[in-house]
Amino acid sequence: MLLIRCPYCEEERPELEFRNAGEAHVARPADIAAISDEDFEAFFFIRSNPKGIIYERWRHIHGCARFFNAVRDTVSDKFVMTYKAGEPKPKKLPGVAK
Amino acid sequence: MKKYSVFAIAREAMRGHKGWEAQWRSPEPKKEYDVIIVGAGGHGLGTAYYLAKEHGITNIAVLEKGWLGGGNTGRNTTIIRSNYLYDESAGIYDHALKLWDGLSQDLNYNVMYSPRGVMMLAHNIHDVQVFKRHIHANRLNGVDNEWLTPEQAKAYCPPLNIAAHARYPVMGAALQRRGGTARHDAVAWGYARAASARGVDIIQNCEVTGIKRAANGAVTGVETSKGFIGAKKVGVVASGHSSVLMNMAGVRMPLESYPLQALVSEPVKPVVPCVVMSNTVHAYISQSDKGELVIGAGTDQYISYSQTGGLHILEHTLDAICEMFPIFTRMKMLRSWGGIVDVTPDRSPILAKTPVKGLYVNCGWGTGGFKATPGSADVFAHTIARDEPHKINAPFTLERFRTGRLIDEAAAAAVAH
Repeated sequence: MLLIRCPYCEEERPELEFRNAGEAHVARPADIAAISDEDFEAFFFIRSNPKGIIYERWRHIHGCARFFNAVRDTVSDKFVMTYKAGEPKPKKLPGVAK
Repeated sequence: MKKYSVFAIAREAMRGHKGWEAQWRSPEPKKEYDVIIVGAGGHGLGTAYYLAKEHGITNIAVLEKGWLGGGNTGRNTTIIRSNYLYDESAGIYDHALKLWDGLSQDLNYNVMYSPRGVMMLAHNIHDVQVFKRHIHANRLNGVDNEWLTPEQAKAYCPPLNIAAHARYPVMGAALQRRGGTARHDAVAWGYARAASARGVDIIQNCEVTGIKRAANGAVTGVETSKGFIGAKKVGVVASGHSSVLMNMAGVRMPLESYPLQALVSEPVKPVVPCVVMSNTVHAYISQSDKGELVIGAGTDQYISYSQTGGLHILEHTLDAICEMFPIFTRMKMLRSWGGIVDVTPDRSPILAKTPVKGLYVNCGWGTGGFKATPGSADVFAHTIARDEPHKINAPFTLERFRTGRLIDEAAAAAVAH
């Protein structure tokens, strides 16, 4: 089971308190009715599904109930860091090369 | 290839079993092939076999980064059924089911296909209504599926708890009698042996690290840990790693890869005569011919390539198994493992040509690809050989996520994904 640090509660809690909410930083188009089928497909269905570092959303559903973002390695399942929703995608990751 | 038969066994018994040959060749890769298949699981090896057998293409390499059959082919719970709701799904899964029947003879390899029946339990009114709808839809598609009362379900599977006070009361069940199990390793080995005998090169420990394309965009070959190997046609059949490979060719996929776990108990005498599935409480159980209970659990909630999952997922499944089969509460579990499954948004596979000329993909089988192995391999071979899909896999395109023509088994497959 993963141990996840909620950036709002500022504490590591077991995965059972959280719900994964998919890839982070996927921006919803402002006028979704106006976009092309290709753009809708890219927004709605296509995912990066990386083997390595992933930026993903979690919700502390059985805690503070807030959404936040996390950076995790999908090979080791280890979290690199978590940060609050709305904060920009971190450019430098602690302890990660490149 | 020496044919396996009762006479071969008798002959070898007489001379100390010294005449058995290796089941497949392990050659070094050639510079170029007509077709390269990436991934030596059941689907990939089967594709090579049907390309050679049905389409006369034998200059094929099947590349595998690990050992053949060591991915999801060796990690699933071996359940076979075809009682899917939609016409497209019934078409492909029942095509596979028809091929399972007779596959051992076709391959001269005992894949131990056992049509012992797959029973899906209904625990609430919603389940009852959905399963009955499935039964009618299946019958219209010529797929057998029938409704059982709780008493009939217990008669079919005696250890099942159908008491009215049970935590998960059994309100009935849908039974597909042609469904069942097969020996998953034997499927990979049988296809590998039969394909190798027809001239297919199976190259293990050979990881694909890049897909090369010409200036006009067409595929020219693959970079591997054993150097560049040329081919004008490349088929990607890499389950959880399909999106990683497709990215090498610049194609972004509607896929997400999740851990899926299973476990087996200590072996016991025959007690579960069929496959029992409970979607509502998320448990799958059957008994292997060795006597182990083979139990399938659900996926974890997060993307991972780690081939492990959370213990709480297994606990949840075992909770459910113990409620439905109180007789098993004191069974010991021997081992558990995880595989990485590639899941599409509509929970139907992608078996198609791609925007890249010469690149074909067979992926997105999610949590239930084993059952489709022969059918998937057969129509994928057709797609590669003819450069156009077979009518059975024609709906399973990559473009459906743009056109909206989904095959939405996510809502209809009768399994909790």
